[in-house]
Amino acid sequence: MALAALAASACTTASATQLPTHVAIRVHYSHFDQTKIDVPMGVPITFTLVNDDPIDHEWLIGDEAFHARHRAGTEAVHGDRPNEVSLPPLSVKTTTITFDKPGPLTFICHFPQHEAYGMVGVVMVKP
Amino acid sequence: MRRFLTGIAALVAALIATTQPAAACAGLIGPNGAVNLLRTTTFAGYHDGVEHYVTSFQFAGGSGQFGSLIPLPGIPDKVEKGGAWTLQRLIRETSPVLAANSVRSALTFEAAKGVEVLMEVRIDALDITVLKGGGAEVGEWATAHGFRLPPAAPEVLDFYANRSPIFLAAVFDADAANARGQRIGDGTPVHVTIPTKNPWVPLRILGLGKNAGDRVDADVFLLTDQRPALLPYPFANGMRLDHSAVATDSLLSDLRSDKGMGWIPQSGWLTKIAIDASASQLTYDLAVDAGGTSPSRVAAGLEAPPSPASPSSQPATEEIALIGIALAFLGAIVILRKSQPVTA
Repeated sequence: MALAALAASACTTASATQLPTHVAIRVHYSHFDQTKIDVPMGVPITFTLVNDDPIDHEWLIGDEAFHARHRAGTEAVHGDRPNEVSLPPLSVKTTTITFDKPGPLTFICHFPQHEAYGMVGVVMVKP
Repeated sequence: MRRFLTGIAALVAALIATTQPAAACAGLIGPNGAVNLLRTTTFAGYHDGVEHYVTSFQFAGGSGQFGSLIPLPGIPDKVEKGGAWTLQRLIRETSPVLAANSVRSALTFEAAKGVEVLMEVRIDALDITVLKGGGAEVGEWATAHGFRLPPAAPEVLDFYANRSPIFLAAVFDADAANARGQRIGDGTPVHVTIPTKNPWVPLRILGLGKNAGDRVDADVFLLTDQRPALLPYPFANGMRLDHSAVATDSLLSDLRSDKGMGWIPQSGWLTKIAIDASASQLTYDLAVDAGGTSPSRVAAGLEAPPSPASPSSQPATEEIALIGIALAFLGAIVILRKSQPVTA
């Protein structure tokens, strides 16, 4: 309930761009509830990540080369980098990222089978 | 010809393990996330309001631990080692050339928050725990005990928990099996006795962890007092009726002579359902009305239950009675084990 409420609290927008600077993404039944998100470039964007599944997930955002590394990676847990967030079962995490380049970035859960199952989304960074 | 049967409850799904599961043996969700159906032989017999579910957990080699999570229609009275030849004898009855396997093993779990541990039994190298809880609680319990569930597990666990909040977790300790000298393909027969109103065979669970196009090949044997009514019907989407006839005296006599099978009646009806489907076709379960009249659409997965079953509400058997479900269980879900993370 609390998790759902938090996820539903959605986003705050940057007045100048009308694009959100706070984004809530909920994971339910191994799917992200938002898969296309526009955010402004050059300002801190806070992501609230809600995992309401009883299994582990992760939220990793980056370009293709970044994801290629993670598909073959072996790190057990993430958390030291803002764009790599481990999501334990029934948990809420926040991370803040400032995107300095325009263009699309993909966020994916790289646990086995999760990407193929549909845990993929795109953040479009707008100038 | 099929080499394994999965029965009424077919079980399945399995899980994973630290090392690579033996390729030939299908089975488990491996460290790379690949999942193959853990082949099992399963039998569900129903007599005097009690379902007797017999299945076999096979040793797939490797080391570490792996297992399965199986939804049950009610709280079992007893979980014990199955007889030595029941499954093989059923196979021979309908497919004389088929061979079956058998195996075993066990573990000890602590209760996870929100989950009630109803029973713990060790059978050879299998540790069996009967749990009562909602889908999220059972999933959290499995995760807390070191298992990594496939991504479809949260939705599938809820699907079954809304029908019956009873699950059986079977964890196979490959190291213990190796120490016992078990060989790949050996199986441990397990006999679960469940009071219930009607048999129920989860089939959807067989597709858990598989890709949409992956094949699910399983057989379900049903022994009832009279010819049962089944749903879905007519058979389609990969489900086929392979055998439906009065059980022969020789079969009943042979089954009755096996360990723990004294309950076998003097007469009965033998049904064999074959599943030869893609994982995406398996959107249903097998509902059985042992009285031969009207199987439950809810039990068949064709309709949602009126309201979710609550772990803290009525006994599972009561809930199941209300929705017309019954018996056998099956499918497994989960598991993986202590694993090393595979993320990057």
